[in-house]
Amino acid sequence: MSVFVAILSRLAKAALTLLAIAVLNFCLLHAAPGDPAVVLAGEAGAADEQMIAQLRERFGLDQPFYIQLAKYVGGVAQLDLGYSFRQNAPVIDLIAERLPATLLLTLTAFVISLVLGIALGVAAAARVGKPQDSLLTTLALLFYATPLYWAALMAVLVFSVWLGWLPGFGYETVGADYTGLARVIDILKHLILPALTLGLFFMAVYMRMTRASMLEVSTADFVKTAKAKGLSGRVIRRRHILRNAILPVVTLAGLQAGQLVGGAVLTETVFAWPGIGRLMFESLAARDYNTILGVFLVSAAMVILFNIVTDIVYRLVDPRIGARA
Amino acid sequence: MKHLKATTFLIAAALAAPLAAQEAGGRLDIVVQPEPPSLMLGLVQNGPTQLVAGDIYEGLLQYNTDLDPQPLLAESWEISEDGLTYTFHLRDGVTWHDGEPFTADDVVFSADVFLRETHARLRSSLAYVESITAPDPLTVVFQLKEPFGPFISVFETGTMPMVPKHIYEGTDFATNEMNATPIGTGPFKFEAWEKGSFIHLVKNEDYYVDGLPYLDEVYYRVIPDAASRAVAFETGEVDVLPGGSVENWDVPRLTEMEGVCSTGSGWEFFAPHAWMWLNNREGPTSDVRFRQAVMYAMDRNFQRDVVWNGFGTVATGPVSSKTNFYSDDVTIYDYNPDKAKELLEEMGYDGEAVRLLPLPYGETWQRWAEAIRQNLTEVGINVEIDSTDVAGWNEKTSQWDYDMAFTYLYQYGDPALGVSRNYTSDQISKGSPWNNVEGYENPELDEKWFSAATMISPEDRQTAYNEIQKEIVDDVPVAWLLELEFPTIYRCDIKDLVTTGIGVNDGPRNAWIEK
Repeated sequence: MSVFVAILSRLAKAALTLLAIAVLNFCLLHAAPGDPAVVLAGEAGAADEQMIAQLRERFGLDQPFYIQLAKYVGGVAQLDLGYSFRQNAPVIDLIAERLPATLLLTLTAFVISLVLGIALGVAAAARVGKPQDSLLTTLALLFYATPLYWAALMAVLVFSVWLGWLPGFGYETVGADYTGLARVIDILKHLILPALTLGLFFMAVYMRMTRASMLEVSTADFVKTAKAKGLSGRVIRRRHILRNAILPVVTLAGLQAGQLVGGAVLTETVFAWPGIGRLMFESLAARDYNTILGVFLVSAAMVILFNIVTDIVYRLVDPRIGARA
Repeated sequence: MKHLKATTFLIAAALAAPLAAQEAGGRLDIVVQPEPPSLMLGLVQNGPTQLVAGDIYEGLLQYNTDLDPQPLLAESWEISEDGLTYTFHLRDGVTWHDGEPFTADDVVFSADVFLRETHARLRSSLAYVESITAPDPLTVVFQLKEPFGPFISVFETGTMPMVPKHIYEGTDFATNEMNATPIGTGPFKFEAWEKGSFIHLVKNEDYYVDGLPYLDEVYYRVIPDAASRAVAFETGEVDVLPGGSVENWDVPRLTEMEGVCSTGSGWEFFAPHAWMWLNNREGPTSDVRFRQAVMYAMDRNFQRDVVWNGFGTVATGPVSSKTNFYSDDVTIYDYNPDKAKELLEEMGYDGEAVRLLPLPYGETWQRWAEAIRQNLTEVGINVEIDSTDVAGWNEKTSQWDYDMAFTYLYQYGDPALGVSRNYTSDQISKGSPWNNVEGYENPELDEKWFSAATMISPEDRQTAYNEIQKEIVDDVPVAWLLELEFPTIYRCDIKDLVTTGIGVNDGPRNAWIEK
């Protein structure tokens, strides 16, 4: 089967999976306690039956569950994610507004963690048993064990409050109205702390995985053969060991990349990063059903997308996989 | 009969605002938390929306810290001797932010059409109104069906915001596209809203009071984490932390910083009053002796000093001491665990567990619940804390699924506007977490609440409310806790930030920065 056909078939399955996810999410959310009309009315500091009835009618909550479900899934099938009654805007607009900030943050964190994680993992494996290896392994364990919100607060305290080197929160300097390169630099400055904080944990994971996998592969027969052929240690590590050892890292990275959209709630909250994770969290608190469902769906779409990308990367890294299929 | 009339000197005082010392220009960065769902004050009146939109929209009147009405869009007013006719004379030359003139037609449209449909709290006051008419472009007459004592208190910006008729007439208010770019008459105009980051307001150059506002622009900053908000203030990113922006234990640290001031003023009109609903319908809490025991078992001074870092006042009953018609001539429930135990023994309390629902508004409220559980456990009451999120809290309280539940509510200056709704039996109705959720029924007191609301003379009303407070405090329908105080923390070079009874909701109007 050609790669093209394989991808097409995956995409078709993906669309069906997404619809099933939409149905499941809808049912789960409606089963949770809390009523968006009561929350919205309550926020006004006063509510009467008339107001709550008005809101329920506007939200369509006065209709039977199956009709609400059918309407929602019907909308999703036509790429209509519905309307946020809390924010008075189409959900797709709300998500589009917040998605770039989240992608910038999480992709930066992803790239940092993957590049550093693999590089350090290779370095540690090459010096296994030596002090450098112990140092790197200990650091990785530390980063792995540190709760994200604590690391984030400490980063703000040290680099923003005490040293004053970097802005502690926000996406850019409010009211500065920078343009062009100045704006890019401004955003990058704001990006450093949240991206590093978010990236540290994953970096530790990739590093440990790369190191372990490298050590395992290095005992394989083909490595011995390569050594016997007289290849240099560097060439063996790069061409033979790493290429084989990286497969589990790709698997893990693919899984984690899928979570990038929804996985940054804590980082976005501490650093006041205007992304989609916060949108989801705030919408959940207000039971803004359509917005939550929309974010969940986009998040699920990303997971599926990254799974497909992972499959493709597999084939590139290890041509045997495509041949077997 | 009392005639309320804005005297010339009041207008003169308001107009004479620009003095030599006050300097124009500058920018304020104020924290807003959480991010408001909308800035259209006619549709949404939650705290964050009022904070921001209070600079964009205006009511006919404003209220000073003693809750006396002051001119705003109305420059003077008269109340007929029978208390049935309220006539307002509007300022001449006021325009909406889009340049259209503000007239009496806008007032009639706002109160009689728009807000009647959208504003639940105002709707209950408008039930007393027979008609609202505009005999000429600068005069509005509210004709009442029967006298309503607190009616003069309903013209505040958050209670009756003026909305532009030329934009909303004949449209679906909730989905009107202009809701995204609100048009008011206030001192600041809407400029931009970066969702998740900030809301930017700029000076209304055509504001009807010469010289006001002083500030060029205001940024409302959205920072979702309480610790990050404290850091934002420490690093100079923001200049003002409105009440409740940071956790209480951060307040002393921040106010001790050099050049930082704080004030508890600016909440007088709202007078946030905290209590625990005690479910009067079933379980141990349905027994008045149990409810009295709860009052005696609690060390409320300790709660204020430790949980609230000394902010607030122990509540004596349903009415806040900041609200009109308060009386302290009531049974005082001092901390007395022995008395509590006696009462529990007398009723034969068998240790049945009671569920305590904390208010999910952050760490302070969680700790408060724990402090109370400790107090109650000490006298032998078996308490289970039943935590949930905001939506869950709304559902459980409005469906009466609790034994004891924390809450706090605003009083809006008058017991008939913000107190009686929690105690009269006509306010027992599922679905709302703001009415008589505890299910207290006392037909005799109901009559007294109703009649006190429709009296015209303030002296008569004071007498009636004294009697009500004395009686209801003995019944303990709810366990009153504290008159809350939310300090506003700001840099001392910001002057005149809090000048009215609604605090920073209209703070930037008069504020200026000393250079």
